[in-house]
Amino acid sequence: MNLLRRYILKSASAAAALAVTTSLISGNALAARNTAAFSAKTLADALKGMDAESATESHDIIVKAPDIAENGAVVPVEVTSNIADTTNISILAEKNPNPLIASFNLSDGTLPFIATRIKMAKTSNVRAVVTAGGKLYTAVKEVKVTMGGCGG
Amino acid sequence: MAEAIKMRATMSGDIADIQVLMNHPMETGLRKNAKTGEKIPAHFINEVTATVNGVVVLQADWSSAIAKNPYLHFKVKGPKAGDKVNVSWKDNMGETNSADAVIS
Repeated sequence: MNLLRRYILKSASAAAALAVTTSLISGNALAARNTAAFSAKTLADALKGMDAESATESHDIIVKAPDIAENGAVVPVEVTSNIADTTNISILAEKNPNPLIASFNLSDGTLPFIATRIKMAKTSNVRAVVTAGGKLYTAVKEVKVTMGGCGG
Repeated sequence: MAEAIKMRATMSGDIADIQVLMNHPMETGLRKNAKTGEKIPAHFINEVTATVNGVVVLQADWSSAIAKNPYLHFKVKGPKAGDKVNVSWKDNMGETNSADAVIS
């Protein structure tokens, strides 16, 4: 991941191209729901739909969630991004039937912080994908689920 | 059908701390009725918008995997006590709800 990031940082033209594509995409995301990403049934497809397959792993994103969730139907999740110019925070549960749970578009004055409660089908990573300055970053936190909350 | 949205908006320093509790079943469409075995149709909030004095501060797209009776907590820098916060949602069946609160 770091190698990739260095590669992108080194190559100015690639960075510019990336910035253009992501700004186009976030422009769309503001206007309309990312249906492809929301209907994706696997993590890979969801990330692909968000154009976040090569998002950089970042320690500046803090995903707060319980280590063990007894009830998968109500899992508190808090995401804080310490990356400047954060414009979007998305939350995914990697092994849910539809991994992408929510996408929050933040305005200028809105702090890069979101807390909510999600449902998780089974033990998996909760992944946050953050868009900041036209680039994508990601971080995970594993949550063990004793009782799933997605079906029945 | 749609019950009121509960909201608390308070200033802490120069940051407005806004907590919202919505009333919604958030059905995934995957659950079955225990008696009849029929699937319960999906029914969930898919769009939430928050404004402060009419200016959008947060726009969210949701799936049905947000927990039942959704809770949302966010923070906005800039507003003053007395400013008006509005939160509205729309669900996949076209129902809507909206509520106002004054930042204290």
